[in-house]
Amino acid sequence: MKLGFIVNPIAGMGGKVGLKGTDGKEVLEKAIRLGAKPESPIKAKKALEVLKPYMDEIELITCHGSMGEEEATDLGFKPRVIGERKDKVGPEDTEEAAKLMLDMGVDLLLFAGGDGTARNVYNAIGDKLPVIGIPAGVKIHSAVYANHPRSAGEVALKYLRGEIKTIREAEVMDIDEEAFRKGQVTAKLYGYMRVPYERQLVQSLKAGRPEQEEAAQDAVADRIIDEMEPDVFYIIGSGTSTRPIMEKLGLPNTLLGIDIVKNKELVASDVGEKDILRIINGQKAKIIVTIIGGQGYIFGRGNQQLSGEVIKMVGKENIRIIATKGKIVSLGGQPILVDTGDDEVNRMFNGYMRVITSYNEEIMYRVKGL
Amino acid sequence: MAKVKIRENYHQARWDEPIIYELSTPGERGILVPQPEREIREEAGDILSKLPENMLRKEKPNLPEISQKHVLAHYLHLSQETLGSNLNNDISQGTCTMKYNPRINEKLATLIHEVHPLQDESTIQGLLSIYYRFEHMLKEISGMDKFTFQPGGGSHAVYTAASIIRAYHESRGELEQRNEVITTIFSHPCDAATPSTAGFKIITLYPNEETGVPDVEALKEAVSERTAALFITNPEDTGIYNPIIDEFVKIVQEAGGLCFYDQANANGMLGIARAREAGFDMCHFNVHKTFGTPHGCSGPGTGALGVRSHLAKFLPVPTVEYDGEKYYLDYDRPESIGKVRGFFGVAPVILKAYCWTMMMGADGLREVAEISVLNNNYLQKKIEAIDGVETWYAEGRRRLEQVRYNWRKLYEETGVGTDDIMRRIGDYGIQHYWTSHHPWVVPEPFTLEPCETYSKADLDEYAAVLERIAEEARKDPDFVKASPHKCASHVIAKPEELNDPSKWALTWRAYLKKHKKEEPSLG
Repeated sequence: MKLGFIVNPIAGMGGKVGLKGTDGKEVLEKAIRLGAKPESPIKAKKALEVLKPYMDEIELITCHGSMGEEEATDLGFKPRVIGERKDKVGPEDTEEAAKLMLDMGVDLLLFAGGDGTARNVYNAIGDKLPVIGIPAGVKIHSAVYANHPRSAGEVALKYLRGEIKTIREAEVMDIDEEAFRKGQVTAKLYGYMRVPYERQLVQSLKAGRPEQEEAAQDAVADRIIDEMEPDVFYIIGSGTSTRPIMEKLGLPNTLLGIDIVKNKELVASDVGEKDILRIINGQKAKIIVTIIGGQGYIFGRGNQQLSGEVIKMVGKENIRIIATKGKIVSLGGQPILVDTGDDEVNRMFNGYMRVITSYNEEIMYRVKGL
Repeated sequence: MAKVKIRENYHQARWDEPIIYELSTPGERGILVPQPEREIREEAGDILSKLPENMLRKEKPNLPEISQKHVLAHYLHLSQETLGSNLNNDISQGTCTMKYNPRINEKLATLIHEVHPLQDESTIQGLLSIYYRFEHMLKEISGMDKFTFQPGGGSHAVYTAASIIRAYHESRGELEQRNEVITTIFSHPCDAATPSTAGFKIITLYPNEETGVPDVEALKEAVSERTAALFITNPEDTGIYNPIIDEFVKIVQEAGGLCFYDQANANGMLGIARAREAGFDMCHFNVHKTFGTPHGCSGPGTGALGVRSHLAKFLPVPTVEYDGEKYYLDYDRPESIGKVRGFFGVAPVILKAYCWTMMMGADGLREVAEISVLNNNYLQKKIEAIDGVETWYAEGRRRLEQVRYNWRKLYEETGVGTDDIMRRIGDYGIQHYWTSHHPWVVPEPFTLEPCETYSKADLDEYAAVLERIAEEARKDPDFVKASPHKCASHVIAKPEELNDPSKWALTWRAYLKKHKKEEPSLG
């Protein structure tokens, strides 16, 4: 059993000093001046601790110094250390290490960080290797993270021991930190990584097995297609939940972007906000969106193309939210969120909306506009 | 105060008992049936030749061949690997309403075990009168106008309710339009599943985080001209009673929908609140929960379904009626949804429930509710004092007869979750607890329901055991995770193997066939 272990030692440092992330060198220096202490190594150790009793069975491969070596040796592991020793580490080190680990044939990559770290890992390995994230960053929009550092360790252990066999796709998302610090939030969906699926640990709640989730997604897609009206534009949002709609229609799907369909034919692929406004141009349209990422957003994260203006043109009554029950339960009672950047549009969503969860099932769920 | 007894040194028997077929030795006999006397043989002749050809077996049945002593030993061993229904501390089975079922009613039920459901009505007048009288009692308890005892269990009764609702809207020409049923996530799952089976779309309401019950706004948003009905439990699984349930009912009825009250478990409100006063059109009781009859390992049970007069004509046939002189079964009900089960329900169960209700009396029924609620509130205080336990929703508000607690805090602190604790409870000679229906909206859940038949000592023992296990989780989490240590069966290391259809079969014969083993030859 080969386990790759990468710690982004600076992840999470901005949070307690109110900096909203630590992407960028100047910000990191500011965080340190403000008295920020490394949080990530502590959390990474919490995860690794779970694996301690199985130390002898696991070949641990990690990076120099605070990027994993220190955490591992502190716990008594004797890891194989790769890469060069450096005083200051940056995102390129995470990417390099992840690439090396992929080449070395690790079975699973356990990494600690936030959305930035997840993106770095994704850039390096895409969906070639199963991963599980230890949540340690300020921003955790990505769904590749376990709900708790200990849970990440447990998922890793169970996967390595063959107790978890199923893998799910989980979103890698990140917001523009510079804009975020100025008070604007835009998050982009960068892609999907493969995560071992332990219903209890990844989502914190038991909410059905992945094969049931898949069947539910299929059933939702059937419902959407069966209810499609002639000559109406269907704006299909990004994400894996909407993918079966396009697949069943036999149309090419843009996983990370927006497609437009009319009369079950593709009108346009991977469209931006301006394209949508131009194509719809006041005609009848419906938006099909799903909850993207781990925080419960339907608008404003991972689908900025569906702007306030687009939503106003289409109308709230023409929005269909789709999600599996598992996704709803994993919100832990928190409302579905809308953050379009347009306060008036956001407010319009406050209240309850139907979420289609299967062919014949809907959940009435609270929606909150930020 | 009496000292709380925890069974420190409990240990369950583990017999490693084979399947009875594996104990079989060809030729071994439990009983040697005597040959009939010559005169009898001659008088009867060849009786087998009188049976129709198509009823004759071509092969002898493959039954285990085993001596009397070993048959008895086999079943004794199996029984020792259980905790024994009715006699254990079953507080743990929240939502199941496990109460003691008085033995005398079991005895009384044997009085009718030779009655056949095809007997002429004139020969079962006593039995029919018990149906009639018990129906009258349930009418009084619920405020409904007519009942059927045909459904064989709770979900069966709820499915029957969904079928009646379908018939009702069909009779008004509105079935196509009214295709949505509203329920809540903490209502019993059959309140969604059975209307779905009956062809309705299901809209599920989630609770408000603070009150623990859905907001009126959520219901209003869900209700429309498409609404066929509301199917709701109250109190829900959380034990929280929705205090404005009458308002919910009104909103649905004003939109043209019907309201069904799932009262499978009415233990918290017998003699205190009725479905009718809340405005419901229908309700049901599980007599094997609320009315003192056993949960017979999935049956026989009875789901008694009651309706208001405007829905009575749709009830299953036959109904039990009285014409002033005699009781009779009425099949002449043209708008009935038909039959939902053979004959007219499980007669011994109705007899037991009737006896139980007669023994309790009106005051006794109310006392059942009062003690159940009191027991629950006492237990809740003790359970919530355990470090690591939380109760979500409606802080500071009393629950009725059960509570959904959770171990989220303990889990985050120690890695010991609700499944681990559930297994460990068995090591103290107590039944595993019920976690939650799915999905687990509350993380690491467990649900306790201390009905009226448990003593204070039972409650104290239960709380003390959970407190002990929480301490163990902090001191030695791996020990709790590896539990049980003293039970007949241990943790299932590879649960997926139990689902392997290539390995397992439902019968011995299918098992042999699957593994291409020959059945032992039968001489």
